[in-house]
Amino acid sequence: MTTVDHPLAIPADWRDFLALTKPRVMTLVVFTGLCGMLAAPQAIDPILGFTAVLCIALGAGAAGALNMWYEADLDAQMKRTRGRPLPAGRMDRQSALHFGVGLAVFSVLLMGLAINLIAAAILTASILFYVIIYTVWLKRRTPQNIVIGGAAGAFPPLIGWAAATGQVTLLPFLLFALVFLWTPPHFWALALFVKTDYANAGVPMLPVVAGERTTRHQIGLYTIPMAAVAVVPWPLGLTGPIYGAVSIVATAFFALLAARVALRMAADGDTMAPEKRLFGYSVAYLFIMFGALVVDRWVA
Amino acid sequence: MNDPRRDDEDLIRKRQRSRSIVMALLLGAFVILMFGISIVKIKAGML
Repeated sequence: MTTVDHPLAIPADWRDFLALTKPRVMTLVVFTGLCGMLAAPQAIDPILGFTAVLCIALGAGAAGALNMWYEADLDAQMKRTRGRPLPAGRMDRQSALHFGVGLAVFSVLLMGLAINLIAAAILTASILFYVIIYTVWLKRRTPQNIVIGGAAGAFPPLIGWAAATGQVTLLPFLLFALVFLWTPPHFWALALFVKTDYANAGVPMLPVVAGERTTRHQIGLYTIPMAAVAVVPWPLGLTGPIYGAVSIVATAFFALLAARVALRMAADGDTMAPEKRLFGYSVAYLFIMFGALVVDRWVA
Repeated sequence: MNDPRRDDEDLIRKRQRSRSIVMALLLGAFVILMFGISIVKIKAGML
């Protein structure tokens, strides 16, 4: 293990602190949070809106930093994460812990004082959910880790909506459910083509524990309720026809890619192209769905 | 030949300097943000 447990003589670079916040993951979190806010029926002052999105980003960054602090040993075993500041020995664990806790407290306090207490409470829940329920409790214990842990990533649209309106109604709950149900097919598609990495690290991801066939079936099974939740806001009268049309087309394509993954088995030397395609499109899918929601609200 | 201890000291100074600059910029941005929030709240009659 290359993780350093004592303070280094050379202080970590500020870029390493930035890397702790997982900036790439933050992009999607910020986008869904912003869309949740812009799709709300009540407009929010731009400065307060910026502050709310900043708090969501900082909260997500804090959760990412605490995740890296706790999983430094695991990250050291995987090719994808070996270069992170802690396993690479560029930062001591205590600095990462202090940074993560400090950022979490700051983001929640700012949200509570500048925006409202409901948004601050949901932000707190999302950070605790990601760090305690997912990282500490579930990730190393159950192959269903990302199903429950996926809820942490589903909070941002709820927080954005709560920041704008001071309450949560049915539509933000459906947006929460969409991201929650989207997470298993998204991550399991990834887990199918980085299976070896997870297996070496001893993480009980579904392909490692239950096998490839079960994982493929689960991807197909989770896509069904996800598709229903994605499309249902329009018939319920919660959105307009723009969202309705985009959601039907985009979700149908998602279901097609998921079905291809669900119904095949990889042969020796397989390039896993359908799995990579599903994973890539799943990221674009959320951007399309939330983008359509905002356009629909603003055009209407 | 370079003295490794000297090189380490230089690196530490460089890191400290860049971290101080980033911290100063963040604090400046925070002050501006708090000012903006205060103005919005005062205008809305919330303060």
